[in-house]
Amino acid sequence: MTTLDTGPAAAPRVAFYNDPVIRGIIYQVVVAVLLVTFIAWIVGNTATNLAAQNKTTGFDFLWKTAGFDISFSLLPWSRGSYYWEAFLVGITNTLLVAFIGIILATMLGFTIGIARLSSNFIVARLATIYIETIRNIPLLLQLFFWYFAVLKAMPAVRESLALPLDIFINQRGLMVPRPTPDQEFTWVLVTFGLALAGAIALGIWATRVRTLTGKYPREVVLAGKVADACVTFLVAFTALFILFSVAFPLSHAPLVAAVVAVVLAAFSLTRFAAISRGVLTFLIAFVLLDTIVGAMFAWVPSLLVSVLSAMIALTIARVGYVGALSRPPSEARFPLALLVLIALGVPGLVYWLTGATLVFEVPVLQRFNFVGGLQLPPEFVALAFGLTIYTAAFIAETVRGGIQAVSRGQTEAAQSLGLKDGDRLRLVVVPQAMRVIIPPLTSQYLNLTKNSSLGAAIGYPELVNVFAGTSLNQTGRAIECIAMVMLVYLTLSLLTSAIMNWYNARVSLVER
Amino acid sequence: MSQVSETTVDRPVDTSHMKVSSTNVAIEVIGMHKWYSDFHVLRDINLKVMEGERIVIAGPSGSGKSTLIRCINRLEEHQEGQIIVNGTELTADLKRIDEVRREVGMVFQHFNLFPHLTILENLTLAPIWVRGIPKAEAEATAMHYLERVKIPEQALKYPGQLSGGQQQRVAIARSLCMQPKIMLFDEPTSALDPEMVKEVLEVMISLAEEGMTMICVTHEMGFARQVANRVIFMDQGQIIEQNEPEAFFSNPQHERTKLFLSQILH
Repeated sequence: MTTLDTGPAAAPRVAFYNDPVIRGIIYQVVVAVLLVTFIAWIVGNTATNLAAQNKTTGFDFLWKTAGFDISFSLLPWSRGSYYWEAFLVGITNTLLVAFIGIILATMLGFTIGIARLSSNFIVARLATIYIETIRNIPLLLQLFFWYFAVLKAMPAVRESLALPLDIFINQRGLMVPRPTPDQEFTWVLVTFGLALAGAIALGIWATRVRTLTGKYPREVVLAGKVADACVTFLVAFTALFILFSVAFPLSHAPLVAAVVAVVLAAFSLTRFAAISRGVLTFLIAFVLLDTIVGAMFAWVPSLLVSVLSAMIALTIARVGYVGALSRPPSEARFPLALLVLIALGVPGLVYWLTGATLVFEVPVLQRFNFVGGLQLPPEFVALAFGLTIYTAAFIAETVRGGIQAVSRGQTEAAQSLGLKDGDRLRLVVVPQAMRVIIPPLTSQYLNLTKNSSLGAAIGYPELVNVFAGTSLNQTGRAIECIAMVMLVYLTLSLLTSAIMNWYNARVSLVER
Repeated sequence: MSQVSETTVDRPVDTSHMKVSSTNVAIEVIGMHKWYSDFHVLRDINLKVMEGERIVIAGPSGSGKSTLIRCINRLEEHQEGQIIVNGTELTADLKRIDEVRREVGMVFQHFNLFPHLTILENLTLAPIWVRGIPKAEAEATAMHYLERVKIPEQALKYPGQLSGGQQQRVAIARSLCMQPKIMLFDEPTSALDPEMVKEVLEVMISLAEEGMTMICVTHEMGFARQVANRVIFMDQGQIIEQNEPEAFFSNPQHERTKLFLSQILH
């Protein structure tokens, strides 16, 4: 039957158990009551059982002496230290290996991920094999491999393997030189920090001016030209000096090198810049190839090595020359050389002026062991290495996915507008890829931090090993120890998530 | 059969004052071939486009229409023959490619706006970073073109907040901000709802009225009739037939063209 519409009719009454709002409230109340009951039962049950076994609870044990050894600690540690100190040592050791692992895994992962997208068949194939192998083998097995099959299989102390740069490796781990900066070196570090910040600020300012006016500021362009020449001179001088003092000894090597370098630097300011760049590329490539390949294959006649190096260097130089031809004029180019020169040159100058010294204390083999230097125990090396290799495979896939998620159309649109490759990547592809990469990257970082607890299996004294292992066994306070360890991991994870969520919300796309 | 629409705009379009230069060549394609590995996509393409021409390329799917115009700004590489745009021959030389791309605008089927930038930033990106135009000036130009495509009020929104027709108009404005001499349209209305097709065609017609050299790959036969001065029919990578729209539609010469037209025009 149809009725006349006479304004809003009163909604028909519903039985209260059919009203969605009231139903929702009833469900909530039921769930809450069940949850509270369950928790109360668990707590009551545990308390009764502990009391029946005459076990005490509470955190008073934290102020008792631990009385055990920890093989590797950044904080001062002795048998007389308290349990709360063991807790801190565990946290710092976990954070140390996680921090180093995250940095190395990020660098390796991004490289492998980009390599997998390479148009070079061999590079792409190698990256694929790496990823597919590493991520399909359990991490614990990999840690055992690095620890037992690689590091523990190293020769004894007396037969240590000597690596370049005074690094030694043996059963007891990796011995590396320890930097011992003197008082003045602090100033070098401080100026490095300041110069780096200054260079970044200058870069941001120059880019802002470039956007607003269409040109980089005149002073920056001028300084950039000078910096270009300086860098050309320094690189050319170094390459030539090595060439004339090692490969083809000349009597006045420094003088000849300086003169040729000055000529190249002067050329780099004129319209023959491309030629200067080509020559420079040739020099670097030739010196590197000739010295390194020459040293690696000492049995090959040096003339043959030189000729082959020259031929390869010539090919590379041609690429440099052609690249330089299509380089935009310095007015339209980001003054990268200037920024690098500021960030490295200023602290270098301070180093030279203040007479600061940075001496490396080299590990030396004495009768039974190495003395001096920094000793990294095999447990630490194996864990850091294993976590890096493993997580890098996952990060590589994340990076590949992120880049591939930016549709081909975006690249084509940017190309059809005439954007150069560098600008296209910086302004169009990377900002979009990062949005896709960041969330899974966060969970990889969290995974790495949590996976560091597997260090317990190879005896690295991280949090689980020290506190949920030794301390728990000695005190018997299982609930307290486990709860504290869980709380640490939870805090770390929530903190990382909070930061990443904030970042993600800031950059997410506006859709409607 | 690909989708073909007969959408037209409601006003009469006067093509009489759209001047086609008789001396200045905008694009010249000579004996061009292209392969995708073994597949011969484009066979012996010869095409001369004068300044001010409005060319519509029609043909069944997979006939190589899109590939042809994508070769003109080197989104695709040709393997044989010559493509000369504005007097610059396209080779592997990056400098020449940049030169050509600066003068040739392109509009895509799926708009390809940059989703992380506002409409205004989409429009000013290339003028600032390619042409080195000051930001304020680039923004003024951008607003001018947004007004031309009738959506200046959307300047601060993001592409995801706009309808398809609006996005395509923004994409056209984005190309125009580079002040190109030639515009390429790659099925600009194929991804749009019928009522949005009209607003995009309006913009394209007004461009033609200003004397822009245009090549459109499109299924809009109404647009071809109203605006084009030449219709090119392609099939299996070859240019089969080309003629003025009137003659093309009423008196097709080639069997393949007749079949195509009989299928799309009732």
